[in-house]
Amino acid sequence: MADVNRGKRPLSPHLQVYRPQITSVMSILHRLTGIGLTLGAVLVIWWLIAAAISPEAFATADGFLTSWFGLLILVGSLWALWYHALNGIRHLVWDAGYGYELDVMEKSGWAVAGGSVVLTVLTLIVV
Amino acid sequence: MVQLTLPKNSQIRTGKTWPKPEGASNLRTFRIYRWNPDDGENPRVDTYHVDMDSCGPMVLDAIIKIKNEIDPTLTFRRSCREGICGSCAMNIDGINTLACTYGMDEIKGDVKIYPLPHMPVVKDLIPDLTHFYAQHASIMPWLETKSNTPEKEWRQSIEDREKLDGLYECVMCACCSTSCPSYWWNGDQYLGPAALLHAYRWVIDSRDEATGERLDDLHDPFKLYRCHTIMNCAKSCPKGLNPAKAIGELKKLMVERTM
Repeated sequence: MADVNRGKRPLSPHLQVYRPQITSVMSILHRLTGIGLTLGAVLVIWWLIAAAISPEAFATADGFLTSWFGLLILVGSLWALWYHALNGIRHLVWDAGYGYELDVMEKSGWAVAGGSVVLTVLTLIVV
Repeated sequence: MVQLTLPKNSQIRTGKTWPKPEGASNLRTFRIYRWNPDDGENPRVDTYHVDMDSCGPMVLDAIIKIKNEIDPTLTFRRSCREGICGSCAMNIDGINTLACTYGMDEIKGDVKIYPLPHMPVVKDLIPDLTHFYAQHASIMPWLETKSNTPEKEWRQSIEDREKLDGLYECVMCACCSTSCPSYWWNGDQYLGPAALLHAYRWVIDSRDEATGERLDDLHDPFKLYRCHTIMNCAKSCPKGLNPAKAIGELKKLMVERTM
């Protein structure tokens, strides 16, 4: 059939209309925590390099990291580390071919979400 | 490529509110995506009111009623009205599903209907599925054999036949592929859940003799490995199938054959 309008067609809405679900939200958080952890690692490296350069440089880096904003980033990174590690185990189980059933998927999702918060709090108490 | 917002020509305007039917007491509001290729304007969302006392229970019943009684220009695909043809796939209440098998009692508040996500729109609720079908054709969705054709049929044991359960039921409605963010961003190269489910259906068919070639063809960073187990596919499938599991099995076979 002749189709004169192929080039001008609009793209139907996607993110704007699709309902977020535990599975999809967990998935995007896995990627975001992965990116966040890389940035967090850069901060730690900055702290170490500053310690090797001079006492003044270290004082600047240490001052930032122990400020309320620096601590917020560090606690966030701690949660991101637990989340990414736990969800990484979930990915390994899938790669082995298990846990694809939707009910299992939701349970493992909530377990990782809850577990990451509990382990973050435990780490803060212990360390 | 990831593009989180809609292109300029695709941004949605507020549309027309159609008059309420007279003398009806049990009204339900429908907000439906409209785009007319002939008027040169952007897509819009129109508002309709349907008398639920004289309407069937499924979303398809309501949009057919709208087309018959309120607005004959509303355009959508439908055929079997029993979930076997896959024509009336659309995004209803934020999830891709078949309008004919989705009951309106499952929806809270207004019924919002859009075409399948991230697809070129032909008109209103009709997406262009040309590329989707081409991807399906690319996985060779037929029995490939090398040995001589048997006198009667290609035989298969009951156990081997059972391996196709949960795969052969796919009606190619495209709900799964168009629910998948990976398919949204990389659909030009990533085959998507529907085509991959079909690929797996032929890979594990005991009668097929092209298993190696089939896996060779999928050995590609984009065709198969853009699946990140987001699971929108299985959550959306109106036939209750699990494309993510089929993709997981394909990934496993890829590893196993090199070990």
